[in-house]
Amino acid sequence: MSVVADLTDINQASVAAHARSIGDVVLSVQNISLSFGGVRALTNISFEVREHEILAIIGPNGAGKSSMLNVINGFYHPQEGKIIHKGVERKSMRPHEAARRGIARTFQNIALFKGMSALDNIMTGRNTMMKSNILAQALYFGPARKEEMEHRKFCEHIIDFLEIEAVRKTPVGRLPYGMQKRVELGRALAAQPDILLLDEPMAGMNVEEKEDMCRFILDVNNEFGTTMVLIEHDMGVVMDISDRVVVLDYGRKLADGTPDAVRANQEVIDAYLGVGH
Amino acid sequence: MLYREAGQFKTTYSADQQIFPILQDRIGFFVTMAVAFIAIPMFAGDYLTQTIFIPFLVLSVAAIGLNLLTGYAGQLSLGTGGFMATGAFAAYKLATSFPDLNIIFVFILAGLITALVGILFGIPSLRIKGFYLAVATLAAQFFLLWLFNKVPWFTNYSSSGVISAPPMSIFGVFVTGTEASHTAKYFFLLVLVTLLALAAKNMVRGHIGRAWMAVRDMDIAAEIIGIRPLQTKLAAFAISSFYCGIAGAAWAFIYTGSVEPLAFNIDVSFRILFMIIIGGLGSILGSFLGAGFIILLPVFLTNAPHMLGLNIPVDIISHMEVMVFGALIIFFLIVEPHGLARLWQIGKEKLRLWPFPY
Ligand SMILES: Nc1ncnc2c1ncn2[C@@H]1O[C@H](COP(=O)(O)OP(=O)(O)OP(=O)(O)O)[C@@H](O)[C@H]1O
Ligand SMILES: [Mg+2]
Repeated sequence: MSVVADLTDINQASVAAHARSIGDVVLSVQNISLSFGGVRALTNISFEVREHEILAIIGPNGAGKSSMLNVINGFYHPQEGKIIHKGVERKSMRPHEAARRGIARTFQNIALFKGMSALDNIMTGRNTMMKSNILAQALYFGPARKEEMEHRKFCEHIIDFLEIEAVRKTPVGRLPYGMQKRVELGRALAAQPDILLLDEPMAGMNVEEKEDMCRFILDVNNEFGTTMVLIEHDMGVVMDISDRVVVLDYGRKLADGTPDAVRANQEVIDAYLGVGH
Repeated sequence: MLYREAGQFKTTYSADQQIFPILQDRIGFFVTMAVAFIAIPMFAGDYLTQTIFIPFLVLSVAAIGLNLLTGYAGQLSLGTGGFMATGAFAAYKLATSFPDLNIIFVFILAGLITALVGILFGIPSLRIKGFYLAVATLAAQFFLLWLFNKVPWFTNYSSSGVISAPPMSIFGVFVTGTEASHTAKYFFLLVLVTLLALAAKNMVRGHIGRAWMAVRDMDIAAEIIGIRPLQTKLAAFAISSFYCGIAGAAWAFIYTGSVEPLAFNIDVSFRILFMIIIGGLGSILGSFLGAGFIILLPVFLTNAPHMLGLNIPVDIISHMEVMVFGALIIFFLIVEPHGLARLWQIGKEKLRLWPFPY
């Protein structure tokens, strides 16, 4: 299927998703336990992620939030428990398999390809969809050229959307932090994931940059209906943009519910909100 | 503002996706081509062609090959000499077993055989990186040379262990053997190198090239966006070895005419590595600059003292060569890992602003 066709599909999907009716469970995390040597990073964690929703994972430093995302996208292999994604059960899988099944993510410490331009970084997000063989690429003729062009077009949409047109040819190592975060989001979006995992997408940003990033996240969720699981420390942001919140503390789940319910939960107040965050 | 992209607005992505998107670069490319295809054959003469231009072309192919693997895919290799030897001996066996096979097919098949050998020796790269991988490829270097030395089948049981290229022609013109003219050899190599360089340039700007660079810059992140480390690294080893194999075949068949396995010893591996470090890691242009530099530096060092009227003994000059190499490599590794190609690019960026500083 051509990318242009994909785009119109997305537009139709976005119309449908505009009401953003939260759908069925797409990802179910069941009784996950993970430890590193003696350190228990996660203990018996279960929660569900529903189609089109924005789920926030919060908790103090070292609570196991990043580890949870790493388990979901196959980077860490839990000792116990399982993950059911789109009805398929798995205990562990390689990250590239998770990516091919529609799970994309960004990292707490930016993980871009420093020597490549912003555009090339975003293009790598579409690598799994590019099929032309090495000989066709070496000759750069016919189908290979057409394929490259179609994916380039798609990535340019993302570049416009994230407002990074001016830096598309700049090696990302030279970009300021906030811009790098955007490019990383762009690379994840390029894969057209059905679940997007965002690890502290707004960390280290000023208020303006945070507002931009919130807008991008909400727009993606609204227009493409992408399901999101995000980790964030800024409670204001969490309360504003998430549909549901999971609270972790010392690797255990403290609470799971709407932002208002979580905010009112006494255990959460004691363990997390109370201690000066 | 002699060199600039400003004002050259790309109205379509395909225009921006061209191999040389900037007009001045395109002009530069065509001028280089004109010099290579017209000026050099007309004015260079046999001696310069044989001692400078032919080895330059052959080593450029090897440098491109290593650059694809090390500069683009980030897999350090010290096995270049071994892979070149594989190409040379594969071409020899093919050419002697199938005398009617056209030299083009001989070279391509020799490249493909070397690619398979490269894949085999690339398998450890899935587990090990950097220094340890370099040691593993060093093992490939020694093993392959030992093999061609010890197994007489590879040299068709020649008692000296030396292989000589049979005379081969293309379109009725000899390009190997004693009857081949330097000009014919030069043209054959030039066409080959041009095609291989353009193919390499196309690959590195396609999705395979992006996968290589992703693995190089951050292999974990590459895997998390769905790039398979196994296939990507092995593809880099295969294609790199294909280039090195053709370079080895061209070295044996066209440049020297006859070789023994020792001609591809570890020194060759290091020389090619120095070429890409000095020329520029991750740059096709840099592969040429590095090859040119390493071939011209000794020539320059031997002749410069004469021209300056100094009388420096030959052995001192050869020591100087080693010292200058060493200093340059340290300089480039520390100061400018992207080599001459990057310096060239910085120069262009300056020109873009010139004559206005802002
Ligand atoms: N690869 C690893 N090896 C050893 N221990 C680890 C590893 N990854 C995480 N941990 C440990 O697991 C625990 C949870 O870490 P994690 O990074 O998931 O916390 P977090 O909630 O993301 O914290 P932060 O808010 O600081 O990002 C910590 O005690 C950490 O030291
Ligand atoms: Mg974390």
